[in-house]
Amino acid sequence: MSQKIATREAYGKALAALGKVNENVVVLDADLSKSTKTAMFQKEFPNRFFNMGIAEQNLMGTAAGFSTCGKIPFASTFAMFATGRAFEIIRNSVCYSKLNVKVCATHAGITVGEDGASHQALEDLAVMRAIPNMVVLNPADAVSAEKAVFAMAEYDGPAYARFGRAAVPVIYDEDMTFEIGKGIEVKEGKDATIIATGILVAEALEARELLSNEGIEARVIDMHTIKPIDIEIIVKAANETGAIVTAEEHNVIGGLGSAVAEVLVENKPVPMKRIGTQDTFGESGKPKELMEKYELTAKDIVKAVKSVIKMK
Amino acid sequence: MLKKNATEIRKGIIKAVHAAGSGHPGGSLSAADILTTLYFYKMKVDPKNPKWEERDRFVLSKGHAAPVLYATLAEKGFFPKEELLKLRHMGAMLQGHPDMKRVPGVEMSTGSLGQGFSCSIGMTLSSKLDGKDTRVYALLGDGEVQEGLVWEAAMAASHYKLGQLTAILDYNGMQIDGLNDEVMTINPIKDKWESFGWHVLEIDGHNFEEIIKALDEAEEIKDQPTMIIAKTIKGKGVSFMENQVGWHGSAPKDEEAEKALKELGGAN
Ligand SMILES: Cc1ncc(C[n+]2csc(CCOP(=O)(O)OP(=O)(O)O)c2C)c(N)n1
Repeated sequence: MSQKIATREAYGKALAALGKVNENVVVLDADLSKSTKTAMFQKEFPNRFFNMGIAEQNLMGTAAGFSTCGKIPFASTFAMFATGRAFEIIRNSVCYSKLNVKVCATHAGITVGEDGASHQALEDLAVMRAIPNMVVLNPADAVSAEKAVFAMAEYDGPAYARFGRAAVPVIYDEDMTFEIGKGIEVKEGKDATIIATGILVAEALEARELLSNEGIEARVIDMHTIKPIDIEIIVKAANETGAIVTAEEHNVIGGLGSAVAEVLVENKPVPMKRIGTQDTFGESGKPKELMEKYELTAKDIVKAVKSVIKMK
Repeated sequence: MLKKNATEIRKGIIKAVHAAGSGHPGGSLSAADILTTLYFYKMKVDPKNPKWEERDRFVLSKGHAAPVLYATLAEKGFFPKEELLKLRHMGAMLQGHPDMKRVPGVEMSTGSLGQGFSCSIGMTLSSKLDGKDTRVYALLGDGEVQEGLVWEAAMAASHYKLGQLTAILDYNGMQIDGLNDEVMTINPIKDKWESFGWHVLEIDGHNFEEIIKALDEAEEIKDQPTMIIAKTIKGKGVSFMENQVGWHGSAPKDEEAEKALKELGGAN
C-alpha cells in the first residue's frame, strides 16, 4: 500500500487505452479536461473528443444522442456538476430509455478540499442510485478504477462512476477482477465486517490492522458497486460476523450505508453503524484535516466497529 | 485614487492565494478594476452595517474569483485584511468560494457557475416589488455564459424590465481548457445579449473612466437591464500571469508571489 495514485488519473489512462481497442468510444467534457484527465484521451484521439464548454446539461444530452447512434459516450465533469446540474437530463434522457451513456465524475467527496462546500459532492451516490436503470460504481484505487472503465464499456446501459481528486493508496494487484455488482472480500474476519467504498477502503484496511492489534478480527469488503448492490456478500457477512460498519466519503443518507441497511433490514438485521458525513455540508480545508474533522478516518472506523460488536 | 485601491486589491489577491496554496488568481486579477469601481465609486454599501436595507447588492456569479471579492471587501473595511491570509484554511471565514453565511458583505453563496446570476434576478425583482431604488450588480465570466441557466436568467431580466440590474461580463477570452473560442465560442456575444432584450455596452474593463461612464449610463436606463461587456486581460497586473490560461487556478509559489507583489509596488 505504498504507492499513491488518484483514481481520476487512472480514469484518464484507462480511457486512452480503451480508445485503442474500442472505436465506438467517444469522450465529452465540460471545460475541465485537464482536471478530469479526459485530456489524456483527447491527446490520442482528438477527433473523438468533444469539449462542450461549461454546459453540463448539454453535455449529458449530447452524450445521450451519441449513444442512440451506436457510440459509447463517456461524459465527464466534477461530480457536483455532473450529478447536480444535469440530474434531470441523466434521469429522463439517459436512464429512462436505458441509453448506453457513461457518466464519469471526478473530484467527488470532501477530499476535493480547499474549494469548499460548493465543490464537495456528498450526495452524488444517493441521487444516482435513486434513478432506475442506473448502475453506480465507486472504485477504491487506481487499479480498480481502470478496470471499472473497461467493465463499463462492456456493460450495455447507463452507468455512473465516481473518481477522486487526491492521490490514494493502491490496494490491488494488476490481476484483480472487477465485476459490476460483485463486492470484493479484501480481508477475512469473523468478529465484525467493515463494508467500505471508494477511498474509504484504504481506511478500512488500516482500521483492520489497528483492530487486530487488540485481538479483534474484522472482515473488510470493498463495495465498489453501490448499485446493483451485492446482497449475497452482505447477508453472508451478517450471518458470519454478526455486526456491520459501513464507510464512505459521502453523506450517510442515501449512499452505501443506506443501501447496506436496506439489505440488512429485509434479510438479516444485525447491529450496524454508518461512517460518512453526518447530513452536513463540508468546508474548505486540507483533505486530511477534513477527513479528521468529519470523522472519516481509520480511527473512526475502529470506534464504530467496537461499538457494533458491543451491540451484538 | 481608484487606481490605488485596485493595486491594493491586486496585492490582496496575490497574498491570499499564495497563503492558501490554491485558488484562482487569473480571473480575480482580470476583475479587479471592475470591483474597485463598483465598491469605491458606484455602490451604496456600508461596511459597518453590511445588512443595511437600502444597500446596493453585488453578486459574484463567477464565484471562483472569490479572492477579488474578498480583497475588495477587506479594502473597503468589511473585515480585517488579516483574514485574507487564512483563505481556504480549515475553519476560516473565507471559504474557497463565497459563502454568504460566513462573510460580511457577501450577498450570495456562489461557485457553481450560472447560479449567482440567476439569484440576482430575484434580488432585483424584490427591490422593484418593494418600490426601492436599490441596484443589483452581477459579475459573470465569459466561460460562465456558456451555461444555459445564464440565458434563462437573461430572458427573465428583460421580461421583467429590470432596469435596476446591471450585469458585467468579465470578457478575458479564456476559461480553463483554453480560449473561449477554442472550447465553445460565445460570439457574437453583443448580439446575443441584445437579442435577449438587454441594453449592451462594450468597454475596456481596465479603464476606470470607461467603467464609470458605463455604470453611470446603466443607471439611466430604466426599463431594460444593462450588460456591460468589459474587455479584460486574465491575470492583469502581474506580467507573468497575463493572458496565461495556466494561471486560472494555480497559486504562486514563494518567489512568484514575491515577484508579483514587487511588480504591484511593494509587499505592504
Ligand atoms: C457549473 C460549473 N461547472 C464547472 C465549473 C468549474 N469551473 C470553475 S471556473 C471555470 C472556468 C470559468 O471561466 P470564466 O467564466 O471565463 O472565468 P474566468 O476566465 O474569468 O476566470 C470552470 C469550468 C464550475 N465552477 N461550475
